[in-house]
Amino acid sequence: MAGIGMLFGAAGASWAQSRYNLQPPQSPIATQIYDLHMLVLVICVIIFVGVFSFMFYAIVKHRKSVGHKAAQFHENTTVEIIWTVIPFFILIGMAYPATKTIIAMKDTSTPDMTIKATAYQWKWGYDYLNGEGEGISFFSNLATPKAQIEGSRPKGQSYLLEVDNPVVVPVGRKVRILTTANDVLHAWMVPALGVKQDAIPGFIRDTWFKAEKPGTYRGQCAELCGKDHGFMPIVVEAVEPEKYAQWVAEAKSKQGASVVDPNKQFTLAELMALGEKVFAGNCAVCHLASGKGMPPAFPALNGSKVATGPKDAHVKLVLSGKANTAMASFKQLSDADLAAVVTYERNSWGNKAGDLVQPAEVKALRK
Amino acid sequence: MEAVHAHEHGHEHHPSGIMRWVTTTNHKDIGTLYLWFSFTMFMVGGVMALIIRSELFQPGLQVVNPDFFNQMTTLHGLIMVFGAIMPAFVGFANWQIPMMSGAPDMAFPRMNNWSFWLLPPAALLLIISLFVPGGAAAAGWTLYAPLTVQLGMGMDLTIFAVHILGMSSIMGSINIITTILNLRAPGMNMMKMPLFVWTWLITAYLLIAVMPVLAGAVTMTLTDRHFGTHFFNAAGGGDPVLFQHIFWFFGHPEVYIIAIPAFGVVSQVIPAFSRKPLFGYTSMVYATSSIAILSFLVWAHHMYTVGMPVQAQLFYMYATMLIAVPTGVKVFNWVATMWKGSLTFETPMLFAIGFLFLFTMGGFSGLVLSITPVDIQLHDTYYVVAHFHYVMVAGALFSAFAGVYFWLPKWTGRMYDETLGKWHFWLTMIFFNVTFFVQHFLGLAGMPRRIPDYALQFADFNMISSIGAFGFGLSQVFFLYIVLKAIRSGEKSPERPWEGADTLEWTMLPTPAPYHSFETPPVIK
Repeated sequence: MAGIGMLFGAAGASWAQSRYNLQPPQSPIATQIYDLHMLVLVICVIIFVGVFSFMFYAIVKHRKSVGHKAAQFHENTTVEIIWTVIPFFILIGMAYPATKTIIAMKDTSTPDMTIKATAYQWKWGYDYLNGEGEGISFFSNLATPKAQIEGSRPKGQSYLLEVDNPVVVPVGRKVRILTTANDVLHAWMVPALGVKQDAIPGFIRDTWFKAEKPGTYRGQCAELCGKDHGFMPIVVEAVEPEKYAQWVAEAKSKQGASVVDPNKQFTLAELMALGEKVFAGNCAVCHLASGKGMPPAFPALNGSKVATGPKDAHVKLVLSGKANTAMASFKQLSDADLAAVVTYERNSWGNKAGDLVQPAEVKALRK
Repeated sequence: MEAVHAHEHGHEHHPSGIMRWVTTTNHKDIGTLYLWFSFTMFMVGGVMALIIRSELFQPGLQVVNPDFFNQMTTLHGLIMVFGAIMPAFVGFANWQIPMMSGAPDMAFPRMNNWSFWLLPPAALLLIISLFVPGGAAAAGWTLYAPLTVQLGMGMDLTIFAVHILGMSSIMGSINIITTILNLRAPGMNMMKMPLFVWTWLITAYLLIAVMPVLAGAVTMTLTDRHFGTHFFNAAGGGDPVLFQHIFWFFGHPEVYIIAIPAFGVVSQVIPAFSRKPLFGYTSMVYATSSIAILSFLVWAHHMYTVGMPVQAQLFYMYATMLIAVPTGVKVFNWVATMWKGSLTFETPMLFAIGFLFLFTMGGFSGLVLSITPVDIQLHDTYYVVAHFHYVMVAGALFSAFAGVYFWLPKWTGRMYDETLGKWHFWLTMIFFNVTFFVQHFLGLAGMPRRIPDYALQFADFNMISSIGAFGFGLSQVFFLYIVLKAIRSGEKSPERPWEGADTLEWTMLPTPAPYHSFETPPVIK
């Protein structure tokens, strides 16, 4: 108990704002939500104190042990009408501002730019579809090392809320986010921006925000999506428009450099080196770096029939996933990445298929 | 339960030992079975909660892996809702409805036996699912598609368990409705029924309306998994959101299926210890009925973030806010009942007041969540976890405790230890709030629910919450001790232990209640 007292007492001033309340709002919608919450909270507290002061008065004064005799009154139409009608009007008072905010939240028209967020088990992919930065596309993975999660290394400042590639947006612009998913339901949430939108496989939904100040805004997947639901954060980096233009230029030149000639023939060593990286980024989360998997949900690849059998079937399985299991489709990876990772799986651990898959073969197997 | 046994009529032959319980058609025996089953499940679900809270004691993964964590949150939810809380109130219904309405027994005694004995196999399916390849269902108690389509055979066992639990609930409801409508004592018209009987009548209709809907939802999941349908698969022309609509069409009334009988118990206990009639009997009946009807119109408020059109969001927000009106009427009525009463504070009354106080807090956090923009901000965060535990635990569970302490003398002929009962109340009250109040802050700060590991700014409140959870869990083991002590060696109860209790079981029947209550119906003036 003492610990609790200490904890509440010692809450520093810098924390006070977000420790017991919503995060400080950083977008116009988040500000409206913050104000709505305060309004409703204050009304609730007033009613609560009002109603329960009657109850506690009765508990103190109307107890048998102080000799209070029970009155036998019951039913009073006037009182009953009053306590039905007054709450009704209070509710209208709350509904009015809420309605205005709902309409504003749902207005995704005339955005300055549009970004598609695609959820995968368990990472996010972003495609800049419209506006400045159009054509940029990347994946965003949890950047927290496993050692921190398992406790063998001390946890960093942004533990579990850090990614390798954040979503970069300019401040003061209306950014429309389209959400969809590759496998199961996910949700794209950034509390400080007042945004939460489910990502639904096979459907596109949208939401929007306008970051008011430069800063890093962190969120997480909010809809249970399986084993690593807690490990697919969202980081939005809001920057001044000039810095944004700079970022766009850099991202585009990086993207141009990474395009591989589809007809290039790789050597086994090249494929193995690339494959190991792709495997670590996409596959090891379930099948483990050791290839031993976590059977039965996540089977071992070491010695598996697929990884030691015909290579076309192996490529196809990775391309289209396996229905009714956690094995998703990885068609979003490039031909080179897929060729490399399949080659890697066929020639690692105890697997000695000895064959290699070229990007052109993957391309041919895509429908 | 020996005391009850002793009152059996000599001329009837009853099997003894275990067969007595397997073959029983007596409403009191079956009520007892329901209550013990429910308490057992409460302990099982409680252990799961403690596994969850142990993992969340500090950041990082220490105790379980994320997949097992998800199995725990799923089973904890399913077991507490379907195994603990619902059967507890069916247990009360079995014991009390015949005695309070002047009936000899339930209308269909054999079906009553069958409704109970379906429960243990269903519970076993859920528990066995932990040990099958792939483990138990790990998609949360809401079982959202398409994650459920990915899971192993534990999911199939869960689906069958839900089917069986649904059958049990429907049969129980048919029994309750028939008993109430047909077996009341002469002169007890509908508007003279005790409020507990009323609330169960309404609840039973809700159950019959929505349990088949849940069965449909899980059957569609089953056929999507194994028989090539695509109800929830966009690639085959289906829609994952369809599952949520069907689930919550069941799920929202389900919330009231749990809460309404709790309202009933509290509406018996508060007048009894205030020595004053319920302030507005008629308005309570109408308020409860309006809540039940409104509960069918608000399901989509659980799914604002799926991306509904603005009109739908507005409709569901207004309908949801409207529920605050009848709920307010109930709270005002309970407070007005206590006003100018002659109050005493035995354990049942303490739990009823605890219910009133904390349930109202849960109601207010519900009002906060009814505001769509705020809900979108707080959806799937710990704020929601805090909210529904205030309603389910401080609401339903506190009311069940009030009911057990209130009726235990009638059931067993023995008193519980009042001092220990008060200790149980205060421990439960304090640890409940230590566990769940801080979760509001976690949710406001943006901590998502159903995660096994969390960012560092959530660490302090999670640690407090976990400490509270262990205290809460231990307090319930203490409750078991109090009840066992009362049954084995409690003082003999006076004929009417509660001065202000005036329903039929207190005024027309001896204490402890005889094995067969009303062989000739009492006459109600």
